[in-house]
Amino acid sequence: MISFHEVVKKNEGAILSAWIEEMVKGVRRADLMTDTELKQQARELLGLFAKAAESSSEAESEAFLQTREFLREIAKSRMDQGFTPTETARFVLSLKQPIFHALRDALKGNPSDLVNEVWASGNLLDRLALFTVDSAVEFRDQVIGRQQEEMLELSTPVVKLWDGVLALPLIGTLDSARTQVVMESLLSAIVETNSQIAIIDITGVPTVDTLVAQHLIKTITAARLMGADCFLSGIRPAIAQTIVHLGIDLVDVQTKAKLSDAFAMALSRMGKVVVARKPAAGMALGSKAKDN
Amino acid sequence: MERIPILKLGDFLLVTIQVDMHDQLAITLQDDLTTQIAKHASRGVLIDISSLEIVDSFIGRMLANIAAMSKVLDAQTVLTGMQPAVAITLVELGMSLSGIKTALNVERGMEILRQFSDQSYELQDANGFQE
Repeated sequence: MISFHEVVKKNEGAILSAWIEEMVKGVRRADLMTDTELKQQARELLGLFAKAAESSSEAESEAFLQTREFLREIAKSRMDQGFTPTETARFVLSLKQPIFHALRDALKGNPSDLVNEVWASGNLLDRLALFTVDSAVEFRDQVIGRQQEEMLELSTPVVKLWDGVLALPLIGTLDSARTQVVMESLLSAIVETNSQIAIIDITGVPTVDTLVAQHLIKTITAARLMGADCFLSGIRPAIAQTIVHLGIDLVDVQTKAKLSDAFAMALSRMGKVVVARKPAAGMALGSKAKDN
Repeated sequence: MERIPILKLGDFLLVTIQVDMHDQLAITLQDDLTTQIAKHASRGVLIDISSLEIVDSFIGRMLANIAAMSKVLDAQTVLTGMQPAVAITLVELGMSLSGIKTALNVERGMEILRQFSDQSYELQDANGFQE
């Protein structure tokens, strides 16, 4: 009886050229990668596959470790190049036909063996293709996770408005994980800049529910414990209504409608006033006067 | 026995906690502090916890208690220099210490105490205090 790996080994060259021909017809994306690269990958994969298939027919086995590593690399580079997971899988699956053809020729007189070997090799290639897809998805998940982290950092800046006045403009939905980051970065900024007033601006927060309010109150309380006053600003009319309807208690929190109002209050709290220059001079130098 | 020193600074008492607070130490501090307030008729107490890194609900409650007791003895308590991690822990424990005044550092804390004592001395003065 002839096993499929023997057939593959014997007809490696023929299978490779048939496979590449197959890919050139259908799977290849000439816009995304070159023929030479594709051929190089195909040759290497077929070599690894033929070698591994000699000792095992299980895609998860030790023998296929190198093959799997190689497929993972391919999946990664394909994702970078902009292939879809289907296209990536078809790269492996398109190997089926040439192998089946070779088996058919080799096992012409033995239908039952032919079916067995077709099944075994088909199964193996399916597994490898699935593994490739898994790797591609895993790689994409990693990218998504990294982007989420980066967004978390990007979206919680603490800015200094004045000597002793910090502002924290919040953009996007607040969840527990983000609130933790917000709280920590605000509190450490308070220590670093020695600020006595912090303004949390929630203009960019789309909705405020009980959980978000709870998080905000926690942050404000923590800032107060450290000795900094915390104002809440940027409350849109709709959010003001929601807050009252939900019965959220914000009496201990100093709130203002706009960031500018909160900043004005912060300045007056510190005993500072903004005065307009004499009109003529102010016009000439570009007015720094306050608009409210 | 280990004690936290209480320093008298004019009308005020200054307590700086530089070691890890354990329960007995907190109770001793509470005793000593109330005694000292009564003895010197102090107007304010400043507790600096900038080197305190670990708190639990007991210490949190002791701080609140000390503030309440000082209030009874007519002294204002100011807590200064709380670390961010400590503040987060206390909030997570549900202790907002709403009866205590807080300040970022000792300097600001003393300012608050001075304002407070000026205010209470010059109740008849409509402007309260002067900078």
